[in-house]
Amino acid sequence: METAPGFAKDYAYLMERESADCPSYLCPVGEILGFATDLRDKHGYDLLVDLTAVDWDQDSPRFMVVYHFLSSTGHDYLRIAVNCTDDESPEVPSLSEIYPAADWHERECFDMFGIKFTGHPDMRRILMWEDYPYFPLRKEFPLAGIETPLPAADIAEVTGVEAIPAPMMGGPFVAPSEGRVSESEPRAKDQSWTETSPKPPRQEAATE
Amino acid sequence: MAQQIEVSLSDVAGRAHEAEAHLETERMALNVGPSHPTTHGVLRLLMELEGDTVTKCEPVIGYLHRGDEKIAENMTYNQFVPFTDRLDYLAPLANNVAYAITVEKLAGITIPERGQALRVLICELARLSSHLLGLGVYGMDAGAWTPFMYTFTEREKLYDLFERLTGARFTTSYTRIGGVARDIPEGWLGRVSKFLKELPKTLKDVDNLLTRNRIFYDRTHGIGTISKEDALAYGLTGANLRACGVDLDLRKDKPYSGYEQYDFDVPVGTTGDCYDRYLVRMEEMYQSIRICEQVIAKFPGGPVYAEDAKKIFAPPKEKVLTSMEELIQNFMIVTEGPSIPAGEVYFEAENPKGALGFYLVSKGGGVPYRLKIRAPSFCALSILPKIVPGHMMTDITVILGSLDFVMGECDR
Repeated sequence: METAPGFAKDYAYLMERESADCPSYLCPVGEILGFATDLRDKHGYDLLVDLTAVDWDQDSPRFMVVYHFLSSTGHDYLRIAVNCTDDESPEVPSLSEIYPAADWHERECFDMFGIKFTGHPDMRRILMWEDYPYFPLRKEFPLAGIETPLPAADIAEVTGVEAIPAPMMGGPFVAPSEGRVSESEPRAKDQSWTETSPKPPRQEAATE
Repeated sequence: MAQQIEVSLSDVAGRAHEAEAHLETERMALNVGPSHPTTHGVLRLLMELEGDTVTKCEPVIGYLHRGDEKIAENMTYNQFVPFTDRLDYLAPLANNVAYAITVEKLAGITIPERGQALRVLICELARLSSHLLGLGVYGMDAGAWTPFMYTFTEREKLYDLFERLTGARFTTSYTRIGGVARDIPEGWLGRVSKFLKELPKTLKDVDNLLTRNRIFYDRTHGIGTISKEDALAYGLTGANLRACGVDLDLRKDKPYSGYEQYDFDVPVGTTGDCYDRYLVRMEEMYQSIRICEQVIAKFPGGPVYAEDAKKIFAPPKEKVLTSMEELIQNFMIVTEGPSIPAGEVYFEAENPKGALGFYLVSKGGGVPYRLKIRAPSFCALSILPKIVPGHMMTDITVILGSLDFVMGECDR
């Protein structure tokens, strides 16, 4: 673990988090804009290298946005986490004014987790198409995918094609024996739900 | 007889000028891609043109999105190695190494010296192969065909070496958590040395064809200029960032896998235009050769796979077949995945395209809880709306070529 930066104690609202590598802090959602401005202007963290989110599934707060900063002169990494207060419609202020790099990262985060970044100039999907109805990296979204209409409605009408779940049964993750992939493929993930059996409701999964 | 009218040239010019002033112009929307030779993959650009000048450029990405991060949450750590090949598919070995180091950092595994040296060697060879292709197609984007033939021939030799080492030319999947899949084959280092000795001759040829080439210089110099501040603000990394004058190379500043033992220079540009990006990549190849030669000169002996990792990942095969305890352990690892401690870690490696980062969250057990891939190409493309407007349509190919992005990594 690298040593904590000296300025951390000047910000009473920061809470230290456990980390195996770089210093890591939890910042309240209301303070992140001011803190990020200070990081860039006063403490030399001029690169926002990464911005992403983690879905804690059953826990609350459910969504955590994680920022990684790098100082191009001091060569130190810093990890800042922000918990979204609302589990149903999570919102975090956008850093795109301070770090233009955040623009696309935040769009991706919205695309994958449905976290809204308030103040973002262009909060649209980036990897999936505009009308896509789901947030694929949320934990309740199945690995195989969910059937959805194709983005081009006119073509879909003529061809009758739609986006279907990945053919995992007998597909790329094929197992040598007959039967369900979950029964024959040695995989460690939660196997209680597959493309044929839906995920158990939240409470049941929690008691397991 | 028709009446003769005398018309002077200045009259015509004057009238034309007057007409032009009242001429209605409108901007044209132009769509480039997603399948277009200059976009190097499946990138789509929505552009607005005024005459030949681009006034607005909006990249549309996601055509190669395969959901690698979702897949990672559903498989054990070693199972994900082949998926890293498909990120930056022009330097799969470097991706393998970056991913392996991330997991090792969380698991607290130290790699033996020979494994580390071998990883540095394959990372630098991957950089050579990526830059050889990158510069070749960059020259082609600017209208120079011949250098591409030279660099592609050299890259082919490299791919032969990769095939000898890993069994595959592109999809190498060479690293394992804790080391590499197998030790080097006999005589392989000699072949690499021979290749490294011959490569500078080709580089000189390409140098002669491009560096002082008037056409290439005119097409790249002062085009696509990125200021130091913009480069940092938009999160550019690697050669793209260094061309703008920022001296940041993770191999020097955050050494991993024993990079601190090797002596090499970091080329840094001054103006941040397309020509500077070319120069930086060109010099980086000479530096990569230097590093490779040093690695080979003091290539350490010993194992390539960490002893600690065997406990977590795979007991030796002969023991599995003969001893009860190892058999049970092997069964547990195969069915449940190796046990990695809970925690989170972020690691970035200096890849050919820039800093490839992995943010790994583990809740313990055999699979990652969350794996975020920070792709340098994703950040490099996000700066397009900022730098492209004001350039001519023909400059777009040059700018795209100079950024040296790869969509497999951008879309994940």
